[in-house]
Amino acid sequence: MSLELLQVRKSYREPGGGLLPVLEIDAFSIPQGEQAVLLGQSGGGKTTLLNVISGITTPDAGQVIIDGVDVTRLIEPARDRFRAERIGFVFQTFHLLPAFTALENVLLGMSFAGRADRTYARQLLERVGLGKRLSHRPSQLSVGEQQRVSVARALANRPRLMLADEPTASVDLANQTNLLTLIRETCREHHVSLLLVTHSPEVSSQFERVENLQEFNRAGMHR
Amino acid sequence: MSLLTIALKSIRQRWVPSFLTGLSVALGISLMIAVMILNGVVTNIFQQSGSGYDLVVGAKGSDLQLVLSTIYHIDNPIENLPWRFYKELSELPYVKQAIPVNIGDTTEVGNFPIVGTTPRYFLVDYIPGKSFLIKGDGLRGTWDAVIGSQVARRNGWKIGSQFKMVHSGQADHVHDELFTVRGILAPTGTPNDRTVFVHIDGFFALAGHDKPIEEAIAREAKFYGESEEQIREFYKKDLEEIARHQHEEAEDHAHHHHHHALSDLQKEVTSVLIVMKGDEGYQVAGNTLFLQTKLKDGFQAQGANTVQVMSRLLTNLVGNVRLAFLYLTSLIIAVSGIGIFVSIYNSMSDRKKEIAVMRALGARRQTVLSIIMLESMLLCVLGGLGGILLGHGLVFIASPIIEARSGLLIDPVAFDPLELIVIPGLIVMAMLIGLIPGLTAYRTDVAESLQG
Repeated sequence: MSLELLQVRKSYREPGGGLLPVLEIDAFSIPQGEQAVLLGQSGGGKTTLLNVISGITTPDAGQVIIDGVDVTRLIEPARDRFRAERIGFVFQTFHLLPAFTALENVLLGMSFAGRADRTYARQLLERVGLGKRLSHRPSQLSVGEQQRVSVARALANRPRLMLADEPTASVDLANQTNLLTLIRETCREHHVSLLLVTHSPEVSSQFERVENLQEFNRAGMHR
Repeated sequence: MSLLTIALKSIRQRWVPSFLTGLSVALGISLMIAVMILNGVVTNIFQQSGSGYDLVVGAKGSDLQLVLSTIYHIDNPIENLPWRFYKELSELPYVKQAIPVNIGDTTEVGNFPIVGTTPRYFLVDYIPGKSFLIKGDGLRGTWDAVIGSQVARRNGWKIGSQFKMVHSGQADHVHDELFTVRGILAPTGTPNDRTVFVHIDGFFALAGHDKPIEEAIAREAKFYGESEEQIREFYKKDLEEIARHQHEEAEDHAHHHHHHALSDLQKEVTSVLIVMKGDEGYQVAGNTLFLQTKLKDGFQAQGANTVQVMSRLLTNLVGNVRLAFLYLTSLIIAVSGIGIFVSIYNSMSDRKKEIAVMRALGARRQTVLSIIMLESMLLCVLGGLGGILLGHGLVFIASPIIEARSGLLIDPVAFDPLELIVIPGLIVMAMLIGLIPGLTAYRTDVAESLQG
């Protein structure tokens, strides 16, 4: 199993002092290599779920098992390292670093895992169709190109799991399908499991496995 | 990609504020370097000039005024001493050399101070171990002059050039007599470089430099605490000779009355440079102290130890100025440090997302802290290195100009050992500066910042 969530609970403290439950997931899993889409409305806990899975946020309770490792039991530096090595992230607004070229943005993620491989970074960028844009900065790239760089960056450390948070939200319709195809194909080529969250039925319709977050997140059901 | 590269990229991304803050550090450091080097030069000049003499003997008064006027020619002479007193000093068994010095007059061109002295002046080391090098001849004849290197350069005088001198304090009183340059001193880095030396016989032979007889007698009587009769008795032969001359002059008006041998009674010296006898340092020091104490007790003269007087001045006055300069430059550097802090700290709010992305990509808290600290260090150290180069550049460019204007010899590639602590000092400052923004980065809430 690539990803397994067991009895995961996460609440936020409200300004009034009360607790607002955001995640109450009893069980959720993705087998290795599978691609799943998680459909949910804004404020439904999608981003919190991705943060909990990636170890950015720790859950109040439960287990998050990735590639056989319970991420919740790792201390923070080990979690950071685990995230760098095993999880790829594609953000809604790409989050490319403006000071770095396309190639450097890909290399940056590799550096934090301690294995910067310039040849592989170049290959990845060539794979996403940016072989001739290696030394361009984000400001010199189109929105679609920027998102492709972020896909290459997510794959840089040969992760076991890719998390994509609304990756097509900032891209125009014409580019949406291309981008989705790219993400799905590259994940398949690298045997990476994919969990993509979106609120768009158009996006989810392209996946075989579609989960509705509200259906298995009991915290969402309460609201 | 190393953390250093990441930090450099980040600095380049905000190159305008980065450049300006780095520049402010560079300017502060360059000023500090220039002050340190100039200070070293000034300290050397104050400590070394005149260190070749054990004592400067002059009329009683301020020892500082005596040293400043005799060695540095930057103050008015106190009063003159009788020539007889100079001769007595030179005959003391523990005195190796006594060199008479007459000051007060200046050159008509360039207003350089004139020192009337004997050829022996150039035989004594001006700084222990450093002797005068003269191009041409020394002071041989009455109307001979030896000039300092600065005088030669600024007045364009060569061997054979002739000049007139202006009587002390009277701009309109130019002596008629012409002196001829016979020798030019090699640069010494001391006030000698901007001084004109004339033969003391020539100095005495100038109109107005012979004291009127009655005045001289009264003055010498007062100096030795003797009666005027006693003085007349002492100079009996000289006075008879003078009377004979005056009689001859009265008969022959065409005779030029100045160029006869002057009586010792009419001669005066402003000060006397003394070199003590003694093979060992303690003997010299003992003799110096002995003479100094003896002078203090009697007569109307004093002996000033140049090195002591100047170190006192250096500590009390120049030392404070130097300290003020160092405080000022430290303050400038501290202000540039605050500038770097403000620049980095302000950038933190813009960079929260950047830091959160790095953290999401797997960067540890310590990693982002290190990146910010490195940025601070790079700005400080690069600014500092730039400042050191700029400071030395300033000294390199300014040294010939300063030398031409003030006569201060500055080594264009002078190096102050204190410079060695500049970079380590800046690194410590950078660490302090980078700590707070670094901790802000360290504490960045990744989830929240990615959302924002």
